[in-house]
Amino acid sequence: MSATNINRVVNPATQTIPPEKVYPGAGDSHHAPPTLPKGFETQADELITHYPVSKRSASLPLLHLWQETFGYISPAGIDWIAAKLGLQPINILELVTFYPMFRQHPAGKIQIKVCRTLSCAMAGSYELCDYFRKKCKAGEPDGHGLAISPDGKYSVEFVECIASCGTAPVIMINDDFHENVSKSRADELFLKYS
Amino acid sequence: MPVAERRIIFANIDQPGYTIDIDCYLRHGGYKELRKALTMRGPDIVHEVKLSGLRGRGGAGFSCGTKWGFIDPTKNTKPVYLICNADESEPGTFKDKQIIYKDPHQLLEGMIIASYANNVHLAYIYIRGEFTLGAKILEKAIQEAKAKNFLGKSICGTNYDLEIYIHRGAGAYICGEETGLIESLEGKRAYPRIKPPYFPAVLGLYMCPTIVNNVETLCNIKHIVAMGGAAYAKMGRPNNTGTRLLCVSGDVEKPGYFEFEVGALTLGELINDICGGVKGGRKLKAVIPGGSSAKVLKAGERYKIKTKKPDGSMEEKEIGLEDIPLDFDTMAAAGSMAGSGGVIVMDESRDMVECLANIATFYAHESCGQCTPCREGSLWMKKISDRLAHGRGHAGDVKLLENVADNIAGRTICAFGEACAWPVQSFVIKFRDEFETRALGQNSPSPSKPNSQNATCPPATSR
Repeated sequence: MSATNINRVVNPATQTIPPEKVYPGAGDSHHAPPTLPKGFETQADELITHYPVSKRSASLPLLHLWQETFGYISPAGIDWIAAKLGLQPINILELVTFYPMFRQHPAGKIQIKVCRTLSCAMAGSYELCDYFRKKCKAGEPDGHGLAISPDGKYSVEFVECIASCGTAPVIMINDDFHENVSKSRADELFLKYS
Repeated sequence: MPVAERRIIFANIDQPGYTIDIDCYLRHGGYKELRKALTMRGPDIVHEVKLSGLRGRGGAGFSCGTKWGFIDPTKNTKPVYLICNADESEPGTFKDKQIIYKDPHQLLEGMIIASYANNVHLAYIYIRGEFTLGAKILEKAIQEAKAKNFLGKSICGTNYDLEIYIHRGAGAYICGEETGLIESLEGKRAYPRIKPPYFPAVLGLYMCPTIVNNVETLCNIKHIVAMGGAAYAKMGRPNNTGTRLLCVSGDVEKPGYFEFEVGALTLGELINDICGGVKGGRKLKAVIPGGSSAKVLKAGERYKIKTKKPDGSMEEKEIGLEDIPLDFDTMAAAGSMAGSGGVIVMDESRDMVECLANIATFYAHESCGQCTPCREGSLWMKKISDRLAHGRGHAGDVKLLENVADNIAGRTICAFGEACAWPVQSFVIKFRDEFETRALGQNSPSPSKPNSQNATCPPATSR
């Protein structure tokens, strides 16, 4: 067996680079100085006090706070958090690109996360994920597996094991767990959150 | 007659009327053990934990007393930290979630006692990011405990101070590895640290001695203080003491979470008596006994197990899969591990190639990317098992898959290397004909087709 069987060699001349995807909601706000809602900075300062030994430890909590407030981590957010903690922006960016929960683009207002891992998959989570994608009219998933509906209202994605294997298939809608999600239950949930 | 559950940690969970507020916990005798512990000397509590023989419940099964014993209070001059590992992400495991969501004060009480015993004044609960509500529940529990002076300054009128903070992860499985967890808590990428030092008890958080314990382990501390170490050690079997939380998922009639004395029942009893048997009356095909990293056990296999007879002599017995008692040592002797207690059952209708492709996709997604064998190998194993599952395998793929797996285990900084290689090695060895058939491009023996209702692995284009 030759190596070419395993790694398909692409001729650089014929290789096409897909155009950069434009995400609904993203755009002008990049790099613009952030307008922080009232109380944001106080909350950030409070979180930093949880780490009396090293301020750097507060980077994950601040990223969570930023994402809960703005929906995703913008370059402006990275700059702000880095400055707040006395770090270089790369120290924050490397976290955003490492931890799967952080997004660099907005996802839907209603975020549907379907567990993909074994117990849920055996209970039909692949079909369930397809079902949600169709229901939300979300297109093909992007490079990170995220599919967003054209109006930006819904996003559907797979996540890895979310620790509810006994009640598979399990999904999360925003921060809520929903267990034993059959198709009829999926319809109910869809109505409830719409 | 099925073996009766022995609920100690789960005693109050799911009981009617039991709520998560501190008043309910106090009505059920909560924080009594903390008061008792505060009258003892720290080293005496450590001694009791050593006597109890408690083994860590996170997956490795390392002796908790020994772990604590690495810190010598007479020589150590640095601050000591305690971290509760609540990053429950091993596929098949959902026990810690029950404690966090339904009995948060039990965890806090265990943590406060463990902190007192080891002279810790700052402790963290590293909870996985997806447990947003869990983090809020714990946050509230901490505030309640502070208001009643079980936490904070001068706890219960003694001169002992302790602060506990919640730290949320952000969806990375590798944060369950204790040194990766520490890096993450320091605000970095969760790259596991190079060993030695083998234990964070030597050098951990902020380069200080650190104890990292699983949620279930810390809850056990409370019960060890209540019973005394020697009495606790009488539960279960020698070297496998106490109770164990078991989570069963997959193809059984009644999946769920249970608590038994360690080794009190066999895998067969768990599946057939407790969980109502294999789904739809089908036959058992395989069991993953301790979270997806554990090696798979195949129905019909025979294992040679050495047991110690009461007179001290060793006896070798041959047992089947259903006769394996659920304890740490026998499970290891059977070539797998008790791991995190997550039992995944697969029935005869399951396609093992697809199941492996699903697991391989998980590990390919979760490899932190620090060590080459794991970063490249996990993706490679996903690719191969994927194409096998979709009938596009090459001749020689099975050998290649094995070869890649063999070159990961033992060649990485952390145990993730083994965790991703073991399922591949065991699936391929035990279900070789299914894999070989696929490699020849023949159709799956199971009725399922990719993307059909039973599909368990990704179509070639996604992710």
